[in-house]
Amino acid sequence: MTEHRDYQGAKMGMWIFLFTEILLFGGLFVLYSVTLGRYPTEFHEASKLLDVTMGTTNTVVLITSSLFAALSVVGLQRGNPRAAKGFILLTLGLACCFLVIKYFEWSHKIHAGLYPGGETLVQWEPGRQAFFSLYYTMTGLHGLHVIIGMGVFLWVWTRIAAGTCTPAHFVALENAGLYWHLVDLIWIYLFPLYYLIT
Amino acid sequence: MTTDAVSPGFMASGGKSWVREWLFTLDHKRIGMLYLWCITAFFAVGVLLGLVIRMELFWPGKDFIGQQAYNAIFTMHGVIMIFIVVIPSIPAAFGNLFLPLQLGAEDVAFPRLNTFSFWLYAIGGATALISLFTGGGAPDTGWTFYVPFSAATTTNVSVAVAAVFILGFSSILTGLNFIVTIHRLRAPGLTWTRLTLFAWALYATAWIQVLATPILSITVLLIVVERVLGLGIFDPARGGDPILYQHLFWIYSHPAVYIMILPAMGVISDIIPVFCRKSIFGYKTIVGSSLAIAFAGSLVWAHHMFVSGMSDTAVMVFSFLTFIVAVPSAVKVFNWLSTMYKGSIRLEPPLIYALGFIFLFAMGGITGLVLGSAGTDMHVHDTYFVVGHFHYVIFGGTGFGMFAAIHYWFPKMYGRMYNRKQAIAAALILVVGLNGLYFPMYLLGLEGMPRRYYDYLPQFTSLHQLSTYGSWITFVGLALMLWNLIRSRYRGEPVGRNPWKAATLEWTLPSPPPTHNFDTEPVVTHGPYDFSQVRDDDGA
Repeated sequence: MTEHRDYQGAKMGMWIFLFTEILLFGGLFVLYSVTLGRYPTEFHEASKLLDVTMGTTNTVVLITSSLFAALSVVGLQRGNPRAAKGFILLTLGLACCFLVIKYFEWSHKIHAGLYPGGETLVQWEPGRQAFFSLYYTMTGLHGLHVIIGMGVFLWVWTRIAAGTCTPAHFVALENAGLYWHLVDLIWIYLFPLYYLIT
Repeated sequence: MTTDAVSPGFMASGGKSWVREWLFTLDHKRIGMLYLWCITAFFAVGVLLGLVIRMELFWPGKDFIGQQAYNAIFTMHGVIMIFIVVIPSIPAAFGNLFLPLQLGAEDVAFPRLNTFSFWLYAIGGATALISLFTGGGAPDTGWTFYVPFSAATTTNVSVAVAAVFILGFSSILTGLNFIVTIHRLRAPGLTWTRLTLFAWALYATAWIQVLATPILSITVLLIVVERVLGLGIFDPARGGDPILYQHLFWIYSHPAVYIMILPAMGVISDIIPVFCRKSIFGYKTIVGSSLAIAFAGSLVWAHHMFVSGMSDTAVMVFSFLTFIVAVPSAVKVFNWLSTMYKGSIRLEPPLIYALGFIFLFAMGGITGLVLGSAGTDMHVHDTYFVVGHFHYVIFGGTGFGMFAAIHYWFPKMYGRMYNRKQAIAAALILVVGLNGLYFPMYLLGLEGMPRRYYDYLPQFTSLHQLSTYGSWITFVGLALMLWNLIRSRYRGEPVGRNPWKAATLEWTLPSPPPTHNFDTEPVVTHGPYDFSQVRDDDGA
């Protein structure tokens, strides 16, 4: 059987998959908006407890990583696998950076008892508890997607190194890039909803 | 009975180990067969659980199992039947087997992803079974996993919903694969209006799978989050809202009903023209109605929640939208009947099952309107009326669609024919059995018997017993059908390429088809129901 290659088909499949990811988060965005509608003041107060500097830094980090991801695709398209691999490593580096910042943010909150069932949080009114429940769920799920995206990029990196993802057949890298942009995009929505609504 | 050799086709052993040949196969036909066998096995488990439920309900009070066991059994009956049997039944098994053949393609668009989908399915099914025997006992929430009970119960709900998550992922990937396959891999000349109606039905189904399933994924994930990490997404004491769970759950699970029924409608639309020797009446309206059902069916989730405390306006809107879905469904039924009108009808087993489908589906569909009207729904909400309606649609609809598909494509899959008289007898026994099993439930519901209850008042006894007798008749029909098919798989009469003299592409291949589907890429010059070009020597 000759190997079936269908560039447009592969990209179409990826786009449909990205739709499903948006819908996955869409369920959470629905929950967020309903809960925000119910507890506007509590959300406003709880949001003040989040560290805007760290959130902003992470936004910049992730957008920059998305730029590197795009550059790696361009690099491969222009026939330069070395550049592509280099930009993938830069993307991965910034992704690590994002997770480290997230780790500091979370651990700081958790030390302060601001986690589900934590000593501070349980004493608060339901609205603020709901804010943090959603905060941990949505940023947690997003963090999971960052980790999955890193795995995908590592895999593509090995495929470029092995010569199976080439300037002539770069759809694997392009799809990884699309996925990364989605992860970035979701964060761009999460950031104002949690950090900037005060 | 002859036992002549039949060319093994894609079933031929390639000399490698069984595991490598089958579990790592990239051949869509083998993956379809794997699904079919797994689904049949799980179906048998689900049927046995259902029989146990009916046996327990033979008399009021405890007959032979306790309350906790009863709750666990109806939960697992639901989880297995919905998520492991009915949702993947026709798309995953027959879609994989025949969609690429009907398109004149070598395989689906992403063969490796297809194998992965099957693995996810197998892992999800195994996880569901594991949830039965580990942790704090089998889940006892009902297949809907409603909070707050599912968040609070000590039984093994987390593992069961993890299984649902994995199965949902499998379903999404199959849908995605089919959409791209239909868009990209049609043979030359196979325009959108020459697509089989089965392919169109799978196309509409695939979009629902892709667009609705992620919502279920996130919803069940939230149950795990709530149970394991103690987040209060649905707990009012912590700012959550249990009604939101119901909304999210039904935003998926109502469209899921159309994942179950649309492929069955596609099968029926393919079968009826073949056995009436007439082109389908209203091809484009059937296509349009499939898409309309997929679209409108996604807007009606809240009709499951008329008594959950919604605004009257919302109730009226969702009631109205629910009525809208009845229109394209009825369009299909009228088209099938018009196709049969003045047709040259051959009452072969696939057509008998198709007719059974139309009758039973109509029984379920019409009572759906009773439930869709807010006023009558208040009366029969969460009673046996719902159970009866649901089983008429799903067992009478999807189940019979599945049986029709098996009897239609069996000669193509195995190169042999089953005993037609036994197949027809099984179909008739099943129609009698299903009516005996589920019609009393309508009456029970109208009289006020609530669903899911372990015990009941003495005045319901005779109707419950009638229903239990019906379950035994159904079991006999199923056993006869299965026995006929399994025996015929080894000893049936060999058939040629096209025993039904159908006009779609899969019948131009040898039975069973070879591993490489088409030696030369077919060029399509006419529609799927144009029988003028079918040659007589194509047949058995």
